[in-house]
Amino acid sequence: MATVDIRDVRKNFGSTAILHGVSVGIEDGEFVVLVGPSGCGKSTLLRMIAGLENITGGQVSIGDRVVNDVPPKDRDIAMVFQNYALYPHMTVRDNMAFSMTLAKAPKEVIETEVTRAARILGLEKLLDRFPRQLSGGQRQRVAMGRAIVRHPQVFLFDEPLSNLDAKLRVQMRAEIKDLHQRLKTTTIYVTHDQIEAMTMADKIVVMHGGHVEQIGAPLELYDRPANAFVAGFIGSPAMNLLPGTVQGGAFQPDGGGARWPLPAGAQATEGLRVTYGFRPEHLRLAPDGLPLTITLIEPTGSETQVTGRSGEALVVGAFRERITARVGEAIHVLPDTAQAHLFHGETGKRLNA
Amino acid sequence: MSVTTGPVTNWRRPQVQQGWLARLFDSKIFLIIACLTPAMGLLVVFLTYPLGLGIWLAFTDTHIGRGGVFIGFENFESLWYDRVFWGAVFYTVFYTGVATALKFALGLWLALLLNENLPFKSLLRAIILLPWIVPTVLSAIAFWWIFDAQFSIISYVLVDKLGLLDHYIDFLGTPWAARWSLVFANVWRGIPFVAISLLAGLQTISPSLYEAALLDGASSWQRFRRITAPLLMPILAVVLTFSVLFTFTDFQLVYAITRGGPINSTHLMATLAFQRGIPGGQLGEGAAIAVSMIPFLILATLFSYFALARRKWQQGGDDE
Ligand SMILES: Nc1ncnc2c1ncn2[C@@H]1O[C@H](COP(=O)(O)OP(=O)(O)OP(=O)(O)O)[C@@H](O)[C@H]1O
Ligand SMILES: [Mg+2]
Repeated sequence: MATVDIRDVRKNFGSTAILHGVSVGIEDGEFVVLVGPSGCGKSTLLRMIAGLENITGGQVSIGDRVVNDVPPKDRDIAMVFQNYALYPHMTVRDNMAFSMTLAKAPKEVIETEVTRAARILGLEKLLDRFPRQLSGGQRQRVAMGRAIVRHPQVFLFDEPLSNLDAKLRVQMRAEIKDLHQRLKTTTIYVTHDQIEAMTMADKIVVMHGGHVEQIGAPLELYDRPANAFVAGFIGSPAMNLLPGTVQGGAFQPDGGGARWPLPAGAQATEGLRVTYGFRPEHLRLAPDGLPLTITLIEPTGSETQVTGRSGEALVVGAFRERITARVGEAIHVLPDTAQAHLFHGETGKRLNA
Repeated sequence: MSVTTGPVTNWRRPQVQQGWLARLFDSKIFLIIACLTPAMGLLVVFLTYPLGLGIWLAFTDTHIGRGGVFIGFENFESLWYDRVFWGAVFYTVFYTGVATALKFALGLWLALLLNENLPFKSLLRAIILLPWIVPTVLSAIAFWWIFDAQFSIISYVLVDKLGLLDHYIDFLGTPWAARWSLVFANVWRGIPFVAISLLAGLQTISPSLYEAALLDGASSWQRFRRITAPLLMPILAVVLTFSVLFTFTDFQLVYAITRGGPINSTHLMATLAFQRGIPGGQLGEGAAIAVSMIPFLILATLFSYFALARRKWQQGGDDE
C-alpha cells in the first residue's frame, strides 16, 4: 500500500497536448475514481501511472519514489484492463499465476496465492478453464485475480465494468468496493460513468479536456460543484443549468420569462452573464412561485419527474408529490435557494459560497 | 406525451405473388446443383482428371507417342534401384528442410521487426514483398547471373573488391555449391510469403496482452516465448504447411537455374519427374516419380495439421 502523488503531469502525443498539467494527491488506501467524458485523458493518465505511456512533463510518485523512469514491472502496481487482456492460451490458474511464474516463485507459494485469490473472487471451480469458456463477469474476476495475487501497492482499473450488462455492473461494482474494503489497497479507478464514480469513490477526480475540474468527496462534488462543468456532469438526472444575466438582484434567463431568485450568498454584480443551476429535486411546488408550462410528465412511482418551460428555458423538476396537472397546463415552482448554484457565464466558476 | 399523427390511411402491404424464376431460385435442390456444378466441373477437369491420369500412368509403361499397358509396380521397382532417383529424394528433403527452416527463421524475424513501430513502415512492407511479386523465372535468371562462374557479382565483390578469396567461386558447377545456391534462391523468394503471413498473425495479437505481460514483469524474450509464440502457433502451422508443400513441389527455380545439374546433383523429385517424362519421353516412369511424392506430402500435411494446428484454448465450450 502506498500514496500516489501526481504533480503537474503533462502528456503530448506528437504535437497534440492531451494532458495540460494534472495534479492529484492520493492517500494510502484511498479509492480514487477518475471520471470525465470520453476522450478527456483518463486512460492516458492511468497508463502513465502504470508506466505504459511515458511522461512528457511533471512527476508521478508511488510511495516515496518518483517513478517517471521506473519500468512498469518495478512500479509495484497491477492493472485491470477494459478488455481484461487475459492470456487466451492459458487457463485461469496460469493467467493468475503468470507474474509469479515469471518471478520463479516456488510452486507452493503460487498454489497458495492462486487458491487464496480464487477463494476471494469465487473462482475455485473455474481454475482449469480457458478464458474463452468464461462469461464476461467471470473474465472480469479473473482479471482482478491476476491483480490480487501480486499484492501490489496500487490497483489500477480502466473502465473494468463497461463490457458488462447493467445488472452485472451493479453487482461487480459492489464486489470491487467490497474487495477494496478487505484488501485496503490504494486504488485508482477510471470510468466515464458518474454513477459508478459516486457510488464507489472515496474521492472523485473530475477531468475534462485534459484538465482537472474538481477533486473531492462524492457528496462534496454533488453539493458544491466548483464550476458549471462539474455541476452538469455529476448527478442524475442532470442539474438544470440556465444561461442568463443578473438583473435587479435576481436571475433573468435568456429569452425572457419570469426572474428566478439568486442563490443564497451569491456574489454577482448587476448585468453579469451567469449560469444558474439547481438540481431537479431542489425544485418545490409553491403557489406563489414561477409558472412552468408542462411539456412532459414521467411518474416513476416514488417521485414524478416533470419537464416544463419557463420562458424559453427548459426546466426539469422531480417532486415527491403526485402531480395532477396535465401536459400544457402550468404549475408553480420555486427553487431552494440554499441549494441553488450560480456560475460565471464565461469562466464557469462558482459564484456563490 | 402527445404525439401528432397525420390522417390515417388504410394502406396494407400487399401479398406479392412470386414468379416461377423466384420460386426456382428458392428451391434448395436446384440451388445446390446450380452452385456446385461449375466448381465441380473445374475440379474434375483440372484436378481430378490429371491426378487420376498421372496415377494411372505411373502403373503403365507409356512412352511419348506410344500408348502403354498396365505393368503394375514395375516402374516403382526400377526406381527403387535408381541412384539418381534416391539422389533426388535426398535433395528434395534437404532442400525443403533447410529452405523452410531458413525461411521461417528469417521470415519470423522480419515479421517481428515490421510489427514494431518503424519509420517508413509501409514502404518497408512493400519492399519486402518484391521478391514474391517478380515472376519466378525472372528472378531465376537474375540468380543465374549472380551465380555465374565468371560474372558472378558475389565472386567479384569477394575477390576483386574485398580480396577475401583468391579465386572465383563456381557456384553452379560443383554439387554442394549448386545445392546451397538453389536453397539460397528459394529462401530469398519464399521469405515474403512467410514474413507477411506471420505479420498478419502478429497483428491479430492484442497489444494489451503485451502490456499486461509487461506489468506482470515479463522481459522481451519472455513476452515472445510466452505470448507471441503460442498465440502465433495456429497461423504458423498453416503457413508452415503451405511453405513445406510449395518448397517440396518446387520446380521453376531449379529447372530455370541448374536443370538438375551438375551431374543430377540438384534434381528435385519434380524436376526429375519432368526430365524423365517429357524430354526423356518415358511418361510412365516420370509419373511414377511424381506419384511417389504423394506420401511425403500427405505426411507433411498431417504433421502440421495434428501437431501444430489443434490448440485446446482455441475451442469454445467445455471439453474435459
Ligand atoms: N497513442 C495516441 N496517439 C495520439 N493520440 C492519442 C493516443 N492515445 C490517446 N490519444 C488521444 O488522447 C485523448 C485522451 O485519450 P484517452 O484514451 O485518455 O481518453 P479517455 O478519457 O480514456 O476516454 P474514454 O472514456 O473514451 O476511454 C483522446 O483525444 C485520444 O484521441
Ligand atoms: Mg479510456
